[in-house]
Amino acid sequence: MRIDCCYCGPRGHEEFAYLGDATVARPNGDPKRPLDDAEWQRWIDYVYLRDNPAGPHRELWQHVAGCRAWLVVTRDVRTHAILNVEPARQVALARAR
Amino acid sequence: MRYSIFSVLAQALQGNTGWKPVWREAELKPAYDVIIVGGGGHGLATAFYLAKEHGITNIAVLERGWLGSGNVGRNTTIIRSNYLLPGNIPFYERSMQLWESLEQDLNYNAMVSQRGVLNLYHSEAQRDAFARRGNAMRLHGVDAELLEREMVRAIVPYLDFANARFPIAGGLLQRRGGTVRHDAVAWGYARAADQRGVDLVQNCEVTGIRVEGGRVIGLDTVKGFVRAGKVGLACAGNSSRVAALAGLKLPIESHVLQAFVSEGVKPLINTVITFGAGHFYISQSDKGGLVFGGDIDGYNSYAWRGNLPMVEHVCESAMALMPMLGRLRLLRSWGGLMDMSMDGSPIIDKTPIAGLYLNAGWCYGGFKATPASGWCFAYTIARDEPHALNAAFRLDRFATGHLIDEKGAGAQPNLH
Repeated sequence: MRIDCCYCGPRGHEEFAYLGDATVARPNGDPKRPLDDAEWQRWIDYVYLRDNPAGPHRELWQHVAGCRAWLVVTRDVRTHAILNVEPARQVALARAR
Repeated sequence: MRYSIFSVLAQALQGNTGWKPVWREAELKPAYDVIIVGGGGHGLATAFYLAKEHGITNIAVLERGWLGSGNVGRNTTIIRSNYLLPGNIPFYERSMQLWESLEQDLNYNAMVSQRGVLNLYHSEAQRDAFARRGNAMRLHGVDAELLEREMVRAIVPYLDFANARFPIAGGLLQRRGGTVRHDAVAWGYARAADQRGVDLVQNCEVTGIRVEGGRVIGLDTVKGFVRAGKVGLACAGNSSRVAALAGLKLPIESHVLQAFVSEGVKPLINTVITFGAGHFYISQSDKGGLVFGGDIDGYNSYAWRGNLPMVEHVCESAMALMPMLGRLRLLRSWGGLMDMSMDGSPIIDKTPIAGLYLNAGWCYGGFKATPASGWCFAYTIARDEPHALNAAFRLDRFATGHLIDEKGAGAQPNLH
């Protein structure tokens, strides 16, 4: 598997560290207020539950042996074919908008 | 046909012309009391124990491919019960006890070989950790021996004891551990279940789980709809996909684990050795090939094959432990799909849907658990409540905080 780093070009995947599903979103909330049931469930979802699809999977990789940038890689987990690579910062900013 | 020395002799006299197929080719009936989805080791064992222990015989096991085509035939065949945490030790020890009586129970030669499992330690800190683990095992009545370096050398003199980076300081030995002929486990359970009337239906993929009023009523399959009183899912590797048919989202990622076998050589390794300074374990099959493996590749995968960096990493570990392996050729390597759970421990439990039961999340430790997993899952399905042995393997433990994290790695499946 070779990942086309947005900054360094194509590199072997052994240069990268894997974190996992990039689509899970950390819940926002006031840390001083106790969690209600719905927020509690959102935290459980965020920390533990995964869609784990058999097909294209958006996931976080860090180029630890290169530029150290975090990337959102879209990869078909049935074939290991890499479909798209984006800087994680760009993805996060787009999601915040 | 019951297998015995007499059946072997009788067949020898007939030129081996009288052997019968080991199980029937069952047709799917319209309804069953219990349907098990997944014809691997755990699913077949569940069907067998449902019939044997609970008297339920109107059972079908549905398998997408052929029986035993998944991880039960892809693992490195090791059995052991050297766990640390209270939720785990009694369960895996029951599994070990069931292995010890398995062949008589099934009337099938699974080549259970208690040749010992030797975990090596390489530092003072690791020695302390292993002493603690050994003590936890002995407190639960499991055998464990802490060995010093020279005691290890007497068993396996060919290891690299003077390795500059990871010198071997000693080991933790479980003599009752060992290996089992893995395919024979699937075949043995299949045959024994079939003899008790269980329908084993191959090439029968489940495409839908029908739920009415919060209760499971049946399954859509490629061979049509089949009604079911209860449904047990035992399809590790694909648990998330099958559970999603019922709208469940699991604390599981699917990962690929590779295993390897060398060309066959004369008897060399008479035990199972695990490297303490890297993730590596090796034993020798009865055919002579050295069977070994390492860590998962570390990224989500349904591809049934891994990549070369992990092959290199495993072979580096092999060379660090046992330099003579460099003279051997690698014969084959293959991959299997692992249900990597969020705390590294399995799930055997009811689900929020009545009549639907889940057996999943085995990470890469499922093979050794096969008998106890089937035994406990059968109990959970038949009684609609977990047995004390699997009471800790709850689906809701992630919400309640009762995790069983042997490695202490947190909710990061690729680190377990």
